[in-house]
Amino acid sequence: MEHQSPESLVIKALSIGELKDVDLTISPGEIVCLSGESGSGKSRLLRAIADLEVHQGQVCLGERARESMAAHDWRRWVMLVPAESQWWGDTVGEHVCHIKEEDLEALGFSRAVLGWQVSRLSSGEKQRLAAIRALSCQPKALLLDEPTANLDDDNTAKFEAWVLKKAQEQQMPILWVAHDEAQIQRVGHRHFKIRGDHLEVAK
Amino acid sequence: MSVIDLSWWQLSIAAFMVIALAVVSMIAKLNVGKPILIAALRTVIQLTLIGLVLEALFSVGSFHWVALMAGVMLLVAGREVMARQKHRLKGGWAFGIGTVSMFISGFTVTVLTLTVVIGPDPWYTPQYAIPLLGMLLGNTMTGVALSLDRLTEAVWRQRSVIENRLMLGQSWQEAIGDFRREAMRSGMMPMINAMAAAGIVSLPGMMTGQILGGSPPGVAVKYQILVMFTITVGSGFGAMAAVSAGSRRLFDERERLRTDRLTAAKP
Repeated sequence: MEHQSPESLVIKALSIGELKDVDLTISPGEIVCLSGESGSGKSRLLRAIADLEVHQGQVCLGERARESMAAHDWRRWVMLVPAESQWWGDTVGEHVCHIKEEDLEALGFSRAVLGWQVSRLSSGEKQRLAAIRALSCQPKALLLDEPTANLDDDNTAKFEAWVLKKAQEQQMPILWVAHDEAQIQRVGHRHFKIRGDHLEVAK
Repeated sequence: MSVIDLSWWQLSIAAFMVIALAVVSMIAKLNVGKPILIAALRTVIQLTLIGLVLEALFSVGSFHWVALMAGVMLLVAGREVMARQKHRLKGGWAFGIGTVSMFISGFTVTVLTLTVVIGPDPWYTPQYAIPLLGMLLGNTMTGVALSLDRLTEAVWRQRSVIENRLMLGQSWQEAIGDFRREAMRSGMMPMINAMAAAGIVSLPGMMTGQILGGSPPGVAVKYQILVMFTITVGSGFGAMAAVSAGSRRLFDERERLRTDRLTAAKP
């Protein structure tokens, strides 16, 4: 099971809140962007896929149905990175699993960051470290909720390049909630908008 | 040693001192004059009634009546545990979890103490069973209420932290572990403090009462030690049981945090 065989993320007839019967398949290595007005239910859709909220519908990773495994194993595989990350320990290092030097460097950190006090992190640093923390748990699919909202242009570019590389290398399906049209053009293979109770292909 | 019985006119002198306190606090505009008088009146009425009940119970001494009394005490304690929580579990769970955990720990410790340690004949002799259970339930109630309140309050405030831990693939036990341990600890602290301070800072009420009632201090001390040990064990296990059951109820079968199972705070 630990063997990294690339698998697609398959969402079938998922309903949560206003959204009804969402069907979506994200292939290995594919980045699907999702946009919509605030309050349209983007974050709730991600939470439903990660099985954090009560909802209807099915989600599978390849052949494996979510219900066939423990909920925490599912979330470790299908990793949600929320717009606002939470930190419970004193130092950054207490929150990570298997950290890779190259990931830290790709986003402008060094190993020393693991000893930093969480209370002194800026919102931008928190956001980048939250993504590194999530990747350090070696997920098989990623759900990103506005991951560059607190980043300047330079760091946004670094972040995009890093995620694109990761998606390629590890053949992860990625669902990326984004606002910025230019960013969606740069990273997304497909783009959906939430319109009322369903997803609509943008353009 | 004979006991000096208190007559009602002697008690009324003490009551007069309470009235004096109420009057002075009214003059000082402390706004507690009326509460003092009402609380004092409640003490008189409630204790007189319970005195009558206990006298009747002691004279009958049958198991059924002792069990009924114990059951009523448990239900009242369960209600009190529920009332002391700001965010409580909906649908009777707050009452159920509090009552069941007090029943498990409180009754087990009481019955064990009666049968194995003190050993009156029969073991449910109300002179021993009811005071022991009363002391135990009263303190277990505090421990259970405190720990459940701490747990639900922490979960309510820190739900995004718990959810973020879930997102990172932690099991529900891991995600709530810190809060669970903290809640259990807070339920045990009062008794740990009471044991540490006993006899130095404060003379425990039960022992004082027993000495005033004519028992030799040596016997009173032994009973006090016994009671404090049983209370510590009862409230400790009670808090652990309540927090375990309560935190389980805060997650569903897919390990989702269900804050919708808690009531919002009432003003």
